[in-house]
Amino acid sequence: MSETTLAAVPRAGRRRLRLSGPTAGAAIALGVLVGANALLTPNFASAGNLWNVLLQVSTVLLVAVGMTLVISTGGVDLSVGSVMAIAGAVAATTLDRGIPVAIAAGLGAAAVVGLLNGVLIARFRIQPIVVTLATLIGGRGIAQVLSNDGELVPIDNPSFEFLGKGHLGPFPTQVVVAIVAVALGAFLLRATPFGRYVLAAGGNPAAARLAGVPVWRTIITVYVLSALLAGMAGLVEAAKLGASDAAKIGLNVELDAIAAVVVGGTALAGGRATVFGTVIGALIMQVIATSFNMLLVPYAWSLALKAGIILFAVYLQRPRRV
Amino acid sequence: MSADASVATTDAPFLRMEGITKRFSGVTALDGVDFALVPGEVHALVGENGAGKSTLVKIMTGAYRRDGGEMWVEGRPAGFATPADAQAAGVVAVHQEIHILGFRTVAENVFLGREPRRWGVIDWRRMNDDTARLMAELGLDLDPRAALGTLSTARQQMVAIARGVSLGAKVLVLDEPTSSLAEREVAILYALIRRLQAQGTAIVYISHRFDELYAVCDRVTVLRDGKLVGTRALAGLERLDLVCQMLGKSREEMQAGDAGFAPDAPASADEPLLHADGLRRGTRLRGVNVEVRRGEIVGLAGLLGSGRTETARALFGADPAEGGSIRLKGKAIEPRSPDDGIAAGIAFLSEDRKAEGIIPELSVGENLTLAALPTLTRFGIVSRAKQQALVERYMTRLGIKASSSQQKIRELSGGNQQKVLLARWLCTDPELLIVDEPTRGIDIGARGEIQALVNELAAGGMGVLMISSDLEELVEGSSRVVVLRDGEDVARLARGEVTQDSIIRAMAGGSATAAVASAVTPASASDEPSAPAAEVGA
Repeated sequence: MSETTLAAVPRAGRRRLRLSGPTAGAAIALGVLVGANALLTPNFASAGNLWNVLLQVSTVLLVAVGMTLVISTGGVDLSVGSVMAIAGAVAATTLDRGIPVAIAAGLGAAAVVGLLNGVLIARFRIQPIVVTLATLIGGRGIAQVLSNDGELVPIDNPSFEFLGKGHLGPFPTQVVVAIVAVALGAFLLRATPFGRYVLAAGGNPAAARLAGVPVWRTIITVYVLSALLAGMAGLVEAAKLGASDAAKIGLNVELDAIAAVVVGGTALAGGRATVFGTVIGALIMQVIATSFNMLLVPYAWSLALKAGIILFAVYLQRPRRV
Repeated sequence: MSADASVATTDAPFLRMEGITKRFSGVTALDGVDFALVPGEVHALVGENGAGKSTLVKIMTGAYRRDGGEMWVEGRPAGFATPADAQAAGVVAVHQEIHILGFRTVAENVFLGREPRRWGVIDWRRMNDDTARLMAELGLDLDPRAALGTLSTARQQMVAIARGVSLGAKVLVLDEPTSSLAEREVAILYALIRRLQAQGTAIVYISHRFDELYAVCDRVTVLRDGKLVGTRALAGLERLDLVCQMLGKSREEMQAGDAGFAPDAPASADEPLLHADGLRRGTRLRGVNVEVRRGEIVGLAGLLGSGRTETARALFGADPAEGGSIRLKGKAIEPRSPDDGIAAGIAFLSEDRKAEGIIPELSVGENLTLAALPTLTRFGIVSRAKQQALVERYMTRLGIKASSSQQKIRELSGGNQQKVLLARWLCTDPELLIVDEPTRGIDIGARGEIQALVNELAAGGMGVLMISSDLEELVEGSSRVVVLRDGEDVARLARGEVTQDSIIRAMAGGSATAAVASAVTPASASDEPSAPAAEVGA
């Protein structure tokens, strides 16, 4: 229909793939890290180890994709770790009724928490950090109540465990799940009205409302999506572990996810998002952890380096002055 | 029209700038500009967007460093590295968007960063007393203990100016000081300016409104494209000449070009497009009736707080009416949200471009298509091709100047942002277009373009409701004018009856002062529940 227009102007879609600003910085940092490790860390560049990095990053990545959406509305979702625990606990306790029921129940429970977050934030105008802090605390409690006061609920079901341990062709199942989530997140942000509304609601909610953007619905949807992705991560973790450990699953994952999002270049103030950047951010964190582990450097040192990288990433994002 | 660069002044200038040059990554923003300020003068600084006004002011106040040229303060060479340096030398800027701490008190804002101390802690009593004394000196009746955020914008601005005065300012830069003030508040600002002037303070006054310039300024410096056009006394300078200097056009061109709206757009005689009856909402709207026909531009006049914007927001559904009825194309509608308004065929261009218009981080294209996204979506996916075609069409039609449709909207000038927002609404194909202060804070060129466009839309059969506090704009641009006072419509002026005089009379309603007071009171009462009697007045 408009071939000429297409030829004449660069397509808008390309722009977000172009590396610029903080995301470019993160990509370079990742390149340097991988390069240095390939040279200096024995066995780092082996196929087995690279798969290992991907395996370990996949749950954080699932959560971080949702977190990217949430943060680009100007919010934050601290409850993701607890939602993982709830989803794992619900799935483990309903597994005797079949895998579809368990997965649906686990994700459903997660969605309920997300809906609660979204409604309290969008409709009752309570600050996201407060709402999700409450569901972080309460959710962990509920997860433990659901699993007989925090006992380990064993999962003895190879089909379910496939989610965490199996392979689809050469790819570990959980890596495939994470890749699908990343693709979905990027697609939503770039190609759908919903994605545009997320950025509009985060960039200037008052203007978005006047332009007819369904701001409430968008924000509620974002928190539900974040919870669903966290729920999925919870199922994967439980499958990997072969049990639902309500006290441990997803503990502190919100911090890793937020770090990945921030390092990747999504603006904390909202209005700007990059799922691609989040992937890079998550990979940076994981490569540091893995390589330090392989070099037998104490874990504590890798935490210190991560902290430095987070600060540097935020420093790069600071508002520029002329 | 040659630049008669200086006017003989008896006083030695307090501040003098010569050959000031500033470049931003290769682009020259200021090119050898001379500027001088004499104590006790009000000096207008005018020019279109991009002329270099704000760059010059920022160099003057230490926000930017100059790349070339010389500057003297009280005859001594000066160069400010930071705004604090400039303040120390007595050069203070009071910006258009006032930078304040809303939760802190008037006194805390005035003394921010230099609080009087006693035994190492803040001496609250002295701070409040000093502030009270300062306000009294300036003829302002403001409670030093009131939280600044609870005051009206006008009073916040007074506080900002008072802060400048207490910093010992010899030069005050007022950037669009009246852009958020009601007429009565403008009078208070003028009184304050006169008082400061009498004390020997030099004032740099930046404004797009000519009435103001002629009312308060002594001299005017015109900049165009980063170059000095000239400095001269304002008295005896014809408006048309001033406009010509700003635009770099000859008088003949200006007279030939059509500035303003064409008032004689044909209005159809059949049933009105919009018929709103007895709109009510809280204390702000107490029964407003408005009619708009196809092809007609109806002006909505009134003082601040008279219910103009509230009427628009009620019609659009942004702040729904609590009573009354709205009929659009003969059909009763009840917009409860902007969504409803849009669905009914109403578009609303808000008065606050920054707070309620642009999404700063999104591109021009994304901003432009925001309201029309559903029509560009198929199977849940936004069609890039359709979007691009739409964006190109409107960018061309409205003459939007941007490096590309991918440029972030925050990087555009105010006039171009406004055009993008207007385009956002045009691509929803509205039948009724409500524009609230469509040309506020926009340079003259873009202003003419927007007025011509609104005109063209009405000629094409759209109904337009135009809110403006610029009487000239109302008189030139409207087919009819409805005047609001105190939340009610008090006059409808038919074509032929619309003059600045008739509008002012209707706004004032007999005794001008009484009407002004009554129109302002509800606004200030709700702004300040704690101190309803605290009038900002001399």
